[in-house]
This record gives sequence, structure tokens and C-alpha cells, in this order.
Amino acid sequence: MPRTLYDKLWDAHLVEDRADGSALIYIDRHIVHEVTSPQAFAGLRAAGRTPWRTDTTLATPDHNVSTLPAERRGGYAALPDAQSRIQLEALDANCGEFNLPEYRLDDPRQGIVHIIGPESGAVLPGMTVVCGDSHTSTNGALGCYACGIGTSEVEHVLATQTLVAKKMRNMRVQVDGQLGPGVSPKDLILAIIGKIGTAGGTGHAIEFSGPVLREMSMEGRMTVCNMAIEAGARVGLVAVDQTTIDYVEGRDHAPRGDDWQRAATYWRTLYSDPDAHFDRTVALQGEEIAPHVSWGTSPEMVLPISGRVPAVESGRDATERNSIAAALDYMGLQAGTPLTEIPIDRVFIGSCTNARIEDLRAAAAVVAGRKKAASVRQALVVPGSGRVKQQAEAEGLDQVFLDAGFEWREPGCSMCLAMNADRLAAGERCASTSNRNFEGRQGAGGRTHLASPQMAAAAGIAGHLVDVRPMLAAC
Amino acid sequence: MALQPFTVHRGVAAPLLRINVDTDAIIPSREMKRVSKQGLAAGLFAIWRYTEPGGREPDLNFVLNKPQYRNASILLSGANFGCGSSREHAVWALNEFGIRAIIAPSFGRIFYHNCTRNGILPIELEAAVVHYLAEAIQAAPQQNKLLVDLPNQQVSVAELKFSFTIEATPKRMLVEGLDPIAMTLEMTEQINAFELQHRQRMPWL
Repeated sequence: MPRTLYDKLWDAHLVEDRADGSALIYIDRHIVHEVTSPQAFAGLRAAGRTPWRTDTTLATPDHNVSTLPAERRGGYAALPDAQSRIQLEALDANCGEFNLPEYRLDDPRQGIVHIIGPESGAVLPGMTVVCGDSHTSTNGALGCYACGIGTSEVEHVLATQTLVAKKMRNMRVQVDGQLGPGVSPKDLILAIIGKIGTAGGTGHAIEFSGPVLREMSMEGRMTVCNMAIEAGARVGLVAVDQTTIDYVEGRDHAPRGDDWQRAATYWRTLYSDPDAHFDRTVALQGEEIAPHVSWGTSPEMVLPISGRVPAVESGRDATERNSIAAALDYMGLQAGTPLTEIPIDRVFIGSCTNARIEDLRAAAAVVAGRKKAASVRQALVVPGSGRVKQQAEAEGLDQVFLDAGFEWREPGCSMCLAMNADRLAAGERCASTSNRNFEGRQGAGGRTHLASPQMAAAAGIAGHLVDVRPMLAAC
Repeated sequence: MALQPFTVHRGVAAPLLRINVDTDAIIPSREMKRVSKQGLAAGLFAIWRYTEPGGREPDLNFVLNKPQYRNASILLSGANFGCGSSREHAVWALNEFGIRAIIAPSFGRIFYHNCTRNGILPIELEAAVVHYLAEAIQAAPQQNKLLVDLPNQQVSVAELKFSFTIEATPKRMLVEGLDPIAMTLEMTEQINAFELQHRQRMPWL
């Protein structure tokens, strides 16, 4: 019987179907960070349990770390927030006590969980991957079954190496044609979420397929899979192809020699069979996708940059109209305003969505030879990992940003979720390459406009949301 | 750890009729720097519940601050409740605040499972039914309590009853207050056997 990629990954990791309709799935890789793990370790300790294995886990601090170079040089002692310090110290202590590998804060391999996994080869095609973070779907770009889990499940995976799961339905998002110049994988996923809604993929594993995905780099595919969760799907997937295999080869934890040959042969079977059944298919045409930005407080509240802020009346029912009204009020926007007339106070280039080297190159290409608008208070560039930072500095990108008046920081989640000091003040408006424009996400009262790295960089130069494409033509 | 079992609960319901109530709204990141599950209720719905960002002055317009919804233990909300971040802190905060059940047309899936592992019952009912329930309690929420009966999968107010569906696993976990890790560890032999064969098939893991 023809199977989808998700079916194949499920079958390869199925320990047992349970009588009650759930199943036990074996987990190959578990990535752990400081915020969603301390209660899981406490649970293990209280029950007298130990991890099932120690070699399948990789830990790193990212959510709550300072991105200021001075504070990073000073170690934990230099962190002004005692609660953050305790959380970071707890991760080190827990990994020490339970003998789990960790890329500590001062390790050049430290970075955002979903960036260091693929980067280090700790995440490989065909794996089941979990992490106590919803953006674990990012790893599906490598042809993995990767999903975010809660802390109780973190404890469960540590103790049993398995996850209790129910098989999801299969959904395919087919993208034909090609993306135009200045249109990025971020614009594609924002367009997809705009089309299907933030609950459009609920209960489904979404496979992204078609010529646009086949032509896309691994890092672009990671950006797309990253935001599958913003379409409601815990799992996003892209089939393995030569691009995948080439990306993995030679990474720290990638297999070598005979194992490499065996692995690569197996990985080449990780695609959906031609007649496989999808419960739902959505199709988009690449050429029709323009750069997108969000205007509201949910990732489905997005529009092409040529659009205007919608009116409350455009809601389909009373609940939706209430939500639009609440979003307009929170965002301080008037219906009918062209998106390009929305001024911004800050720029954030970073996060597990858009802090890889290609993202930084794309943003730097826009910024090069230009200056941040005087009205923009701050433009932060936060590389996704120590290695991304090193690579960017080797290419001189840090200097491009600094010359334009942007700030160059140390790796971490930073202003995506504003757990550290990188945050918006109430009422401030930010062009952000992150993934969530929820109320207060980037700081209490802060207003987020989601955008691609190019579009966020362009907004930083122009001082307002703007179509980056004419600026690229002028480069 | 075994949970408090959930069978039948009667309580005050509070309407928070917005769609896409995300887990950042349920508890902002700045309120979840603790390393334990305790002390999180103060950060519950912080952005809506308090007048100032980061403050603790109650905003009297927020439903849970209104006297008629005092001691609410059931939330009524819109579709896709609990979407977004996987943070289980959202559920710990709800739990500590005293919320035992949430009724909405749909839930973010990670949040849904976080609820069932912490003794909170997520109930999926059509939007029209949720609105009906909100109207039915509205005149006197302290008197018009909702009755949630998990074994019989029913929500009722006065004489009206609505049935809901729930999968067998979460229902059993909630009703019996089971520890899912202990349940899985009963299958240690099967996991060991799978692991051995899986690692022979994929020696590079």
C-alpha cells in the first residue's frame, strides 16, 4: 500500500499500538533547553527514575540567555536577573546529575535548539525528534518526524525513550512554479498560514512539496517547517532529496564510512509514494506569492505588503469580528491604512525561524551601504548559534550590520519571546523575523509585524514597513 | 506522579469568548522563569488581568476579575484555545488558579495533551454550544453552575445536557488519575525489544 513520508516515519518507530487507539513511538533524538526541562528533571528525581538512555539527548540553553556580549563574557555571574541565572544553572546541574550531553553557554556550538540540531548533525533524516518547544517542527525539513512536546512529555521521553501518540492525518501543501526575486521561504509560509489559518493544520502532519520546495535550500525548508505549528500542525515535513543528503554529509554527528552509505541509501526512501493518500491537499502557485507581513495578533492575520489593514466587517462571524477589533485596538491600527505606511520603532532579525546564515546574508544584502532610519530606535541582529555567528563574522556580515547602525549580538532566542532583556516597550512596533505576533509576545504591550529577513531589514532602513523588492533591484 | 482524578465537577464558568487564545496570553514568558510548577498562578492571563504590563493591579474589565465570576473553575472560550508555545506553565498556572475544565470548539494539540496530563479536562463543543452555555449562565454565574461529567461525557446546565467526545487514553488518564510514565514502563520489554532491532536496522543512530 502506498504510504506518505509521515506514514513511513511512523511505521519505522512504532513500538506498539495500544488497545485504546494510542501508540507508543520510539524517540531517536531529544533536545532539551533550560525553560521547559527543570520540572521534568524534578519529576524524575521525585519518582527515583533515571533517563532511559543518555546518548539520545542533547541540551543547550537558549530561551533565557543574555545576548549582550559583555554579559556573556562574564558568565552566569554577570546575569542581572537572578531567576534566569537559576534556570540556566539548573540545566547545567541536571545535565551533570543525569549525565546528559550539553552545549553549555560558553560552548561555540551553543545556540537555539532548532538551529543547533541540524547544524551539528544531532538531527538526521528519518529520525523521530522531540523537544519541549513547539517549533521542533523545524527539524522536519530533514525528513524527520519532529514535534514539540510539553514538560510532562519531556519527562516521559527521558524516562522511557518513547512518546504516547496518536497517528495524525496527512496533509499536503503543494507549491508549484517558483518564488519571485525578493520573495523568501518566510513569505511562503506566511502566505500558507494566511490561506489555511492558524488551525488549518490541526490534527495533521503537513508535508510541504512541489517544485518550490525541491528548489529550496535546507535552511529555507527549515523556515517553512518551523512555522507549521503556526498553521496548527505539530509536524511539518519535506521529503529527503540530494539537497538533504548534501546538507548532512560531514556534520559532527553524521555517520561516516559504511554507516554513511547505509544511512544515505535508507534516507533516499524517505518520500511520499506517488499514490499515497493525503486527507487534505492545498495548492499554491509560487509566482503569485508576494512578500508578506502580519498586521494583527495572530499569524493568520497576514497580507501581501501591497495590502491595507482590514476592517472589522471583513470577519466572517461575530467571534472573528471581535478578534479583528481586538487586534486593531492592540496594534493601534486604523482599517484601510496601507501596510507600507506603518512606521516601526525596532527591528529584530533572529529566532529559530530566521537566524541561520542564509537569513543573515539576505538581510545584510539589503542593509549593505545603507543606514538605519533615524526614527528606528534599535535594530537587533541575533545569530542563531555560535557557529552561525562565526560564519557571519568570517564573511564580514557583522560589519555590514554595524556600519548600518544595527546591533550584533550573541546567540539565543532573544526578542522572539522576550524572556531575556531583549524586549519591546509597551506601544513599540517591531518588524520581526520571528514566528509569533501574539499580544505581548515580544514584551508587554509590544506590537509585532512578522516579516522575512529581507523585509525586516528593509523596514529598518526605511523606518516603516516597505516592499523590499525595489530596494533589491537598486543593489 | 499520580494525578488528582477527574470524574464529576460542578463549578462557576467564565466566558473568555475570543478565538486563538494562545499560551503566551495564558502566561507570558516573563512569568515563567521558575524551575518549579508552583507560584505560576499570579502570572495567569497577566496581559489581560492586570492594568499595567508587569503589574499586579487587577483590570476590572477582565472576566476573571469580575465579582460574578469569582472562584471560576471552568473556562468557556473560542476556537484554537491554547495554540502556540508548548509551555506547560500555561496549564500549571491554570491548575493553580483553580481551573478544572475548559470548554472550546477546538484546542492547540500540545496544550490539549498538557491539560490531560495535569488533571484539567479540555472539552470540545461546537461554537454555537459554547455561546449557548455562556448565555445560559450569564444572568447569575454563581448560581447557574455548569456540571461536567467526564465518565458520561456530558456538560449540563439546569435541564440541558450536551454530550462531548474524548479519546479513550486521555479519558482514562483523567478519570483514574494515572501516571503515564508508569503506564509506559509496564511495556519495558517491548521497548527494549524494539530498541534492539531498531538500532540493528539503523546502526548510525
